[in-house]
Amino acid sequence: MNSTVIKHYVDQFQHLQKELISDQLQAHRQSAIELLQETGFPTMRQENWKYTDVRPITGKLFNTTTVDPEKISTETFDNLRLHELDCHELVFINGRYSAGHSILKALPEGVVIKDLASALKDHPQLIAEHLSGFSAAEHNGFSALNTAFIRDGALICLPPNAVIEKPINLLYLSGLNDQPFASHPRNLIILSENSQVTVIESYIGLNDSDYFTNTVTEVCMKQNAHLQHYKIQQESMQAYHIGSLKITQAKDSQVESHSISLGGALVRNDIHSLLEAEGAGIRMNGLYMATGKQHVDNHTRVDHMRPHTSSHEIYRGVLNDHARGVFNGKVVVHKDAQKTDAVQSNANLLLSDNAEVDTKPELEIYADDVKCAHGATVGQLDQDMLFYLRSRSIDENTAKSLLTFAFADEVIRRINLDPIRKRLEYQVIGRLPEADLIREFAA
Amino acid sequence: MATKSQDVETLVKKEYAHGFVTEIDADTVAPGLNEDVIRLISHKKNEPEWLLEWRLKAYRHWLTMEEPKWAHVHYNPIDFQEISYYSAPKSTNDAPKSLDEVDPKLLETYEKLGIPLHEQKMLAGVAVDAVFDSVSVATTFKKKLAEAGVIFCPFSEAVQEHPELVKKYLGSVVPAADNFYAALNSAVFTDGSFCYIPKNTRCPMELSTYFRINASKTGQFERTLIVADEGSHVSYLEGCTAPMRDENQLHAAVVELIALDNATIKYSTVQNWYPGDENGKGGIYNFVTKRGDCRGVNSHISWTQVETGSAITWKYPSCLLKGDNSVGEFYSVAVTNNYQQADTGTKMIHLGKNTRSTIISKGISAGHGQNAYRGLVKISKNAANARNYTQCDSLLMGDRCGAHTFPYIEARNASAQVEHEATTSKIGDDQLFYCMQRGIAEEDAVHMIVNGFCKEVFKELPMEFAVEAQKLLSVTLEGAVG
Amino acid sequence: MLEIKNLHVTIDGKMILKGLDLKVNAGEVHAIMGPNGSGKSTLANVLAGRDGYVVTDGTITYQGKNLVEMAPEVRACEGIFLAFQYPVEIPGVNNIYMLKAAMNAIRAYRGEPPLDAVEFLNLIKEKVKLVNLKEELLNRSVNEGFSGGEKKRNEIFQMAVLEPKLAILDETDSGLDIDALKTVAEGVNSLRHHDRAIIIVTHYQRLLNYIVPDQVHVLSDGKIIKSGHRELALQLEEKGYEWVKQEAAAA
Repeated sequence: MNSTVIKHYVDQFQHLQKELISDQLQAHRQSAIELLQETGFPTMRQENWKYTDVRPITGKLFNTTTVDPEKISTETFDNLRLHELDCHELVFINGRYSAGHSILKALPEGVVIKDLASALKDHPQLIAEHLSGFSAAEHNGFSALNTAFIRDGALICLPPNAVIEKPINLLYLSGLNDQPFASHPRNLIILSENSQVTVIESYIGLNDSDYFTNTVTEVCMKQNAHLQHYKIQQESMQAYHIGSLKITQAKDSQVESHSISLGGALVRNDIHSLLEAEGAGIRMNGLYMATGKQHVDNHTRVDHMRPHTSSHEIYRGVLNDHARGVFNGKVVVHKDAQKTDAVQSNANLLLSDNAEVDTKPELEIYADDVKCAHGATVGQLDQDMLFYLRSRSIDENTAKSLLTFAFADEVIRRINLDPIRKRLEYQVIGRLPEADLIREFAA
Repeated sequence: MATKSQDVETLVKKEYAHGFVTEIDADTVAPGLNEDVIRLISHKKNEPEWLLEWRLKAYRHWLTMEEPKWAHVHYNPIDFQEISYYSAPKSTNDAPKSLDEVDPKLLETYEKLGIPLHEQKMLAGVAVDAVFDSVSVATTFKKKLAEAGVIFCPFSEAVQEHPELVKKYLGSVVPAADNFYAALNSAVFTDGSFCYIPKNTRCPMELSTYFRINASKTGQFERTLIVADEGSHVSYLEGCTAPMRDENQLHAAVVELIALDNATIKYSTVQNWYPGDENGKGGIYNFVTKRGDCRGVNSHISWTQVETGSAITWKYPSCLLKGDNSVGEFYSVAVTNNYQQADTGTKMIHLGKNTRSTIISKGISAGHGQNAYRGLVKISKNAANARNYTQCDSLLMGDRCGAHTFPYIEARNASAQVEHEATTSKIGDDQLFYCMQRGIAEEDAVHMIVNGFCKEVFKELPMEFAVEAQKLLSVTLEGAVG
Repeated sequence: MLEIKNLHVTIDGKMILKGLDLKVNAGEVHAIMGPNGSGKSTLANVLAGRDGYVVTDGTITYQGKNLVEMAPEVRACEGIFLAFQYPVEIPGVNNIYMLKAAMNAIRAYRGEPPLDAVEFLNLIKEKVKLVNLKEELLNRSVNEGFSGGEKKRNEIFQMAVLEPKLAILDETDSGLDIDALKTVAEGVNSLRHHDRAIIIVTHYQRLLNYIVPDQVHVLSDGKIIKSGHRELALQLEEKGYEWVKQEAAAA
């Protein structure tokens, strides 16, 4: 089965090569498709994919041809735009960039915010230099597939000292296609010394259709650069989503990552940060909520390569019905990375007897003067809290919803962009029983 | 702390205290493994046909298996044809009828090991089965145990005297094909201990086995089987040592525990196999499968281990919590110094309702030691109200060692509660300074802090073992703080 | 208002209350005293309807209704308030919002319109002074990071806002210093009212110096073995519980 699908992608690749003018990335694409042929797609026998069976994705042959994004009327998705936030918004429909729908506001001198296809023409050298900053060993079949099909996505490049006040929203909308299709968005974020930006990646399903989003975002951070990164995954409940965020961090650079996963039938989110120099730090907040037969897998990995680096992670999962959640967080403290400060916590709420969770927080430590801790819990709503609320006259269903929301909100309330936090709180509450009654708690 | 590095050198050079070789005649089978060797072992032990068949089946399955590679340990491949699979002290061919008939040199060996084998030491109330290389040489206190109805004897004797019990329970917890080393053990195991506690009996004393590898180029493949019948209670201790040798020796044991309704088994290990020298040369490969089956309701299995020896340790004493309300516990201290590597932990498989498990793991890494905790807590669909609490702490001494934590939690029941916590720390300079400022020598302060770190585990050990464990820890870690 | 007859309660199959009788009228303050393990907190929890407390025999009638059958939240709406011995921390749930939700649930139960935000805030401001609760605590998560005294004050504050008909104070005094004790007592006294009954479960006589009860009951081994007035509490403090037990045994 694996070989059929790989042949399918190789055929598509050859077709695409004819379509794309030969650019600086041809060599990248070629070696990626070779890597895919060599390694194939991951299987459950690989430790990193132990709990996630990707055969629903690799058993399907997805198309790449899709609607012309400019022909989609703006009313179709107007409510999905972040109107309440003054931001730059790049709109992609089924993975293809739409200049017509995108909103780019005035930018400081030297800042580049562009769709990748145009950027490949204008800044080929910049892209070729920074793309695939990670070694081949880091790749799996899906990221190789993404590289082989690099075409659309976003390039965000900040010169030294540039600070972009307005967040950048990369709005990936999918659906509206007759046949199952795959998109392979690729985003590249290059932050020079002392630059600062907020990037939001939104993946939203327009309808209940069957599609596959296979996305890779690479971030290269120079000294003292600051990034706030949001990934909001609300794909259709039929869709497959495999996404990875790979970050290299120079001295004193700081990342704050928020990953909220609500949609998708089968979802895998990977975050991998290399803390390559002293003072670099990352905070990772994550929430996954799954219901029905959703399967959501979150993997994070932080490599502390040098002394005085820090990582703080909190991930929470709420699993209902027959949903399955997977969390794997790995912290590696390399030799000599003394004074590393790493804290990781993962808590899971099982709301149904058919829900499942597999969690694996890992520490690999090769230095001694470090402060590392992790914790993981699986449980249900606290009976004492429930009783307390009921004794204060709140009915059982409302009390349960309220406590479930409070559990999830431990992650959401860490989001400091108010409009996004409010939207997410609204959506999270919307998924709970007695939603209207508990709205005001989030006010 | 300027004088420290000197201290470190002198102390690190301190020799392995149990590293003597006993010069005695041994009946050793030439190295190599094939069906004939297995037939020979079985023949020497006068085994029934079914057991030989069981061994051969395990062997044939083993041939199809691959050595596991997932553990966080590194070593050169083992040549299984270079190992001798049977070595027995010759004078025991006629099986000693009492202690007086045991080769005095052997007894001397045990005395050096501090095993309470002699009369006066029996007062300590410990019944000992000592396994020397491959065969069991003496079991003390037989009579007193027999009065209580407790069967405690060498495995090979149990095969002769209680074949129905052996046949019923052997391989029922760790199937012959369970994993690579368990399959190897099933094919070639030579001896070990067997223990059966009858219904509603509290074993009148602690039972104990001492294992020692003596002959060179031999492997030790013992097998322990403990059955606690309904309402019974037993506490079992296991100790191990080996002489210093340049080559690596393989120890691949299997331990099976079965607790029926309302039974309790407490299994304590102090493992002090030869760890190799300060350059990582020699030492035992300790690849052991230990598993307890809480088969009955309200049954209780508790594993306590202090792992200070071996070049490589690869073991996961586990509990299958099948009976409703059954309880599994795992308390572990694992120390790795010099080039020792340990990948150890437990599996708690919750199958019954209201099952509970506790895991307390303390890893201490020093020198170039690598210490990994690997654990699985699995709550299956029917394990309503299952509870697990896991605490994994690592203590690092020196900047060339490693401490790793790989916990797996798989939850399939919404009423389950699982909690895992892990911390990593080093012995703090301020802690040491405080002690020293109060007049406590640095080494003593380190011991205090390390023993404090391990306290939760040591308190689970029977008294005399706890003292031995503390001593071992001190010896293993001397000079490790820099 | 409340009538308990021959109440038997088990927890995990173990009998804790073994035939307890108690009658409380509107306007009265009753103190339930007794040694540790006598069943005091069990009584408080069974009145509030905590899971795991099984009534195996006897009846609890509250305002003419069978209390045993009611869900905890219905009891709350009917006017029963339990000030917990160990108020639980609920991270992520705002104190004031929980109280507003409680308030409006009770009002809805009575067929009254919800309070609007301004009315509610005025009420809060008025009541918060009553118990000397730091205003900053109002906007924290329920009881999270509160000191022991702050938790108890928060309980009394909630009681003041919700104005129950039957208030049960489960060892509200334990762990309080004298100033906190006085504040709590003042709060309780201000709520004494001719249609409200208060049951004070306590181990110490001390609180009763500040809240003078109409009746004092001694609970021992699951039964009330002696009832009396204020003086009984003083006698208990002086002589301990043994003499009451012996007296009861003799009788």
